[in-house]
Amino acid sequence: MFEFCADPSILPTGQWFACYLTSGTHMAFYRSFLVVMLLLAITAPAALAMGILGALALRSDFAPVNLLGRGYVNLVRGVPDIVFFLFVPIALGQGIEWVLHQINCPDWDQPIRQGNDFIVCREAKMPPVGASAWTRNVYGFSMAIIAFALVFGAFVANTLYGAMRAVPQAQIETAESYGMTRAQAFRRIVLPQMWVFALPGLSNIWQILVKSTPLLFLLGIQDAVFWARELGGAKTSLYTYPHPDWRVWYFMVLLIFYLFLTWGSERSFGWLTRRLSRGQATAEGERLRRGAA
Amino acid sequence: MKKLTLIAAAAAFSASAVAAQDVVRMGTEGAYPPFNFINDDNELEGFEIDLGNEMCERAGLTCEWVINDWDTIIPNLVAGNYDTIIAGMSITEARSEIISFTQNYKEPDPSRYAALIGTGDDVIDSGVIATQSNTVQAGFVAESDADLIEFPTPDETIAAVRAGEADAVLADGDFLRPIVEESSDLEFIGEPMHIGGGVGMGLRQSDNELRETFDAVITEMKEDGSLNELLIQWFGEDTPTF
Repeated sequence: MFEFCADPSILPTGQWFACYLTSGTHMAFYRSFLVVMLLLAITAPAALAMGILGALALRSDFAPVNLLGRGYVNLVRGVPDIVFFLFVPIALGQGIEWVLHQINCPDWDQPIRQGNDFIVCREAKMPPVGASAWTRNVYGFSMAIIAFALVFGAFVANTLYGAMRAVPQAQIETAESYGMTRAQAFRRIVLPQMWVFALPGLSNIWQILVKSTPLLFLLGIQDAVFWARELGGAKTSLYTYPHPDWRVWYFMVLLIFYLFLTWGSERSFGWLTRRLSRGQATAEGERLRRGAA
Repeated sequence: MKKLTLIAAAAAFSASAVAAQDVVRMGTEGAYPPFNFINDDNELEGFEIDLGNEMCERAGLTCEWVINDWDTIIPNLVAGNYDTIIAGMSITEARSEIISFTQNYKEPDPSRYAALIGTGDDVIDSGVIATQSNTVQAGFVAESDADLIEFPTPDETIAAVRAGEADAVLADGDFLRPIVEESSDLEFIGEPMHIGGGVGMGLRQSDNELRETFDAVITEMKEDGSLNELLIQWFGEDTPTF
């Protein structure tokens, strides 16, 4: 990074730290915070989408769909998150390879499971044989996103289902008596109004989602926790920048990062709640109406 | 008929051409200096990285390194996430039931106990001993009278001794030596012990062809002395050579 970094062992403390904190591994550490933010930015809408689908399935009068929704929500909520995070990427990965294997290599005569090995033909490998490291990272990251979306989607589904039922029944009946169909009444009355009831539950789930991003590390993605542990560990003179055990400082950086993230989201949710309460038949909506008058 | 064999030959040729371009993915831990570690430039470095690159070059393979946690390094090999494990792994019977090994590229290195200065030898039998989980040392301590405390990374075992969480750490002498030599608070206690077999490269049991390729290269490197050069470069003059 800096020219004077050529031989760090003779540098004064200030310059030594300037070099140390801009080393290749530290750059990767800083980037890993962006990875965490990126995961949140993609997972939150994905989980919300899963949640809306789940809530609609829960509301459905059609028995198979209803059963599917209930099965999904209860299964995921009943199993420890960590089991799902480990299970989904493996099961999904092998499932995709199995399907590709059946399509691409119908003539394959060897069993797919040989003892401990899971063996599919070359054409069924996912990511494909010879894929770049970058492609593999994206693939691994997508698996993580799917696992997160599946798990958090179940909680969102239950929250939204409750929120939909909290919209006053009288309003829906009024809408229908004006001649709206059930679908129209849902779209025009329930959907816009349910958010204010869903927000407290959604903000809970969001905060838990923020705090569970270190699980990425379990899935083999080099996230901020991986780098904090890796960089903080004591280093011998085999390394360019030898130092004793500094993990406590690195973990403190993580602590501050996550505190800021959750504090910022708490404020955003407060703003959203005020905004969505306008004109609502809730205590907050009434307070806003009186304040304005 | 002639045409048919020609097509078959062409197909066979193109298949082998593709196979020659295959990337062999080498799985390593990247947290076990001087065997394998991530240096400050965020690149893999160490004895096994030099060795692996040399072996691939001699075998005419294109190799790519993959970093994986020690605890899941065998399951991820079996699942096909990479093709070899080259991570200071001792060849043991228990591991050989799940994966296969090449011949050893490093002689068995005695394991050592390290503790804070002044601890005394009696903790070896009665104290709390830190090891990395799923290692031959962890298995050894579990069988002994001492209490075992396991950590996912080798670095954490040292930190546990410094923090007083464990009385001593049991690990490969090659890993502990630079740490003990450079720190003012640690020393070796007890006698060196031979626990594991030699260190070899792990592969899926179904990958016989790749194992034979690497086996041949290791034999070649043992014979021409290039393996000994690497061993001395990374582990010092006293390390056992072939």
